Amino acid sequence: MSAVLRVSALTKRYGPRRARDARAALENVSFHVEAGELVAVVGPNGAGKTTLLSIIAAVQTATDGSVLTAAAAPAGGGVGVGWVPQTPALYAKLSVLENLQLFARLERLESPQAAVARMLEQTGLRERAREPVARLSGGNRQRVNVAVGLIADPPVLVLDEPSAALDPSQRERLWELVCGRVAAGTAVLFSTHNVSEAQRYASRVLVLDGGRLLFDGAPQELLTRGGESPGGDLERALVRFLEDASAAATSGGAYTEGAP
Amino acid sequence: MRWLLRKDLAILARSRVLLALLIVYPVAIALLLGFAISRSPAHPRVAIVNETVPGETIKLGREHVPVAAYVKGLFDEVQAEYVATRAQAVTKVDSGAVLAAVVLPAGLASRLASSTNQAQLEVLYNGNALEQSLARSTIESELARANLEFSEQIQTAARRVIHTLLVGGKLSSIGGPERILGLEHLPATLGGVAARLPHGSARTQLEQIDAFAGFAAQNLTLASRVLATIGQPIRVQSVLIHGRHTPLDTFAVVVAVSLSMMLLCVLLAAGGVALEREEHTLARLLRGRARGGGGKALISTEGLLAEKTLLAAGVAFVVALAMLAGIGAFVTLELSRIGMWLLALALGALALSALGVAIGALAHELRAASLLALLTALPLAFLALVPSGAVSSGLGKVIDVVSFAFPFKPALQALDTAVNGATPSLAPSLLHLALLTCVFAALARLGLNAAE
Repeated sequence: MSAVLRVSALTKRYGPRRARDARAALENVSFHVEAGELVAVVGPNGAGKTTLLSIIAAVQTATDGSVLTAAAAPAGGGVGVGWVPQTPALYAKLSVLENLQLFARLERLESPQAAVARMLEQTGLRERAREPVARLSGGNRQRVNVAVGLIADPPVLVLDEPSAALDPSQRERLWELVCGRVAAGTAVLFSTHNVSEAQRYASRVLVLDGGRLLFDGAPQELLTRGGESPGGDLERALVRFLEDASAAATSGGAYTEGAP
Repeated sequence: MRWLLRKDLAILARSRVLLALLIVYPVAIALLLGFAISRSPAHPRVAIVNETVPGETIKLGREHVPVAAYVKGLFDEVQAEYVATRAQAVTKVDSGAVLAAVVLPAGLASRLASSTNQAQLEVLYNGNALEQSLARSTIESELARANLEFSEQIQTAARRVIHTLLVGGKLSSIGGPERILGLEHLPATLGGVAARLPHGSARTQLEQIDAFAGFAAQNLTLASRVLATIGQPIRVQSVLIHGRHTPLDTFAVVVAVSLSMMLLCVLLAAGGVALEREEHTLARLLRGRARGGGGKALISTEGLLAEKTLLAAGVAFVVALAMLAGIGAFVTLELSRIGMWLLALALGALALSALGVAIGALAHELRAASLLALLTALPLAFLALVPSGAVSSGLGKVIDVVSFAFPFKPALQALDTAVNGATPSLAPSLLHLALLTCVFAALARLGLNAAE
């Protein structure tokens, strides 16, 4: 398997660039994602999850470091990374079809109509294609949001807390869609507070805290590191893992990715 | 940009309230303004209490003017409502039934005729500051006009008497002798008598009287001319330095159209940018800029700002043109200048829309953008309409700088020139508007970049 996304020594500081006390939202974060991988980014509030995904999606600039995608940018434009923000970024007065058509054209796709038809099919929104987005439920709106992120068929898809406002059945349908893309070879990186989702769907978990990457490995490995037995509660394991990391940092020890 | 423009037009077409407003607003303003400037102003209602004796007349020279006729002439420009007593007048003013009341006291005629005592009228008024101002200015201007007419009648009578004193005639109407000789004829008469007298004291005295009569005649001729000057001591000769005289009604048209255009431009442009933020689509459209050479945004910042500017300017242009056409039904506008109208409207709309996108780029949400747009637009309009000499020179300079830095005044000047030919040339205003378009577009770009 080859890496389709390489993140190297990514750092983001807010405030004056040269100020020593500028707050670091991300500090020297490095990892890679391979095609067909589904990677969860977890961590407490303010850990830097949204900042990391925003930089990968080219919404924000990094203070330092680099983000490289294996595939060249699509012929028309874009950055080779599909982006699904937490709040649906759609035009409420336009229909589902019009939103998809607009973004397909803005992406300068060779065959926008075919891309729109494909996304309507994959998201199961064909029946509601002519409905204004404002009239859709939160779940359907999020599916349109995902469809817009996927319309250019990017090799990497980034989703920021995609299921935050959805009920269980809507979440189920969303993950069906995402897992379908993963099966087709798309690398998916998503942030979530719902650790059970990471346990259930992700093949890898990245744990961020205070802007630093503390863990990068399989969910089973995080269970073990958090003192849980295989098949145990990943959320409990994560909490214990973060407490241990915090204690190590307080006692002066470095707690970095891969440390036992 | 084409697809984004189509998207915005579709959204605009579906925003029924906004669309209705865009159609109804220019029609309503055009009709209101048209009716307002094509109808004469309403005459304020004023109560009149006439305490003079019925049938009384004022004697002016040989003429007797009835007091009733004088009162009627005095209140030509008001809607007079005659009441019997001062108390009734006070009640009407208090209740708001009339704007003011005027009391003509008994003895008015005798005072006017005396030529030594000033006649006095009593004006009663009430209401808020605006109503008080309207009542006072209306009645005072009517009294000033009546005083002038009255003074002219007195002068005419006085000039007639002086003329008779000079050339001779009857002065019995003012209590003089039945027939007088006239000062101008005295030198010839006295000269003839003196020539027949022997040299001596009697002839010398007669010659002195003759010299005095000549001097008196010369000075009475001068007095007649002085009387004419006193009647209207200062006459105004107006000279327009540049362009043509602009009637107030067509200037009002230009102000109304410019103001409407500004409100539409800044609100639509600021709202357009802010709406992209509020729907979270701005980041989706512009992402990729952050990747430098490694990515490309769906639309460039410049493209997005140009689209919002063009949309707002286009809509405002159409609405403003519709307003001009609508008002043209009431006020005569020169259609031969339509090329200049279009240029002035187009450049004005672009500059005002560029101001709007700059506001939209700075504001973080739709409501803040709308509020900021209004808070910017209204003072700009107010400042642009303050005449330069109406405030102190320091404040005037500040107003000039502010008006120069924002596009409302240049847009107003350009349209005034285009519609009325008011200033020497359209080119400076158009150039100014083009410059401001670039400046505000650059500010908008900075605002969007800073928001990243």
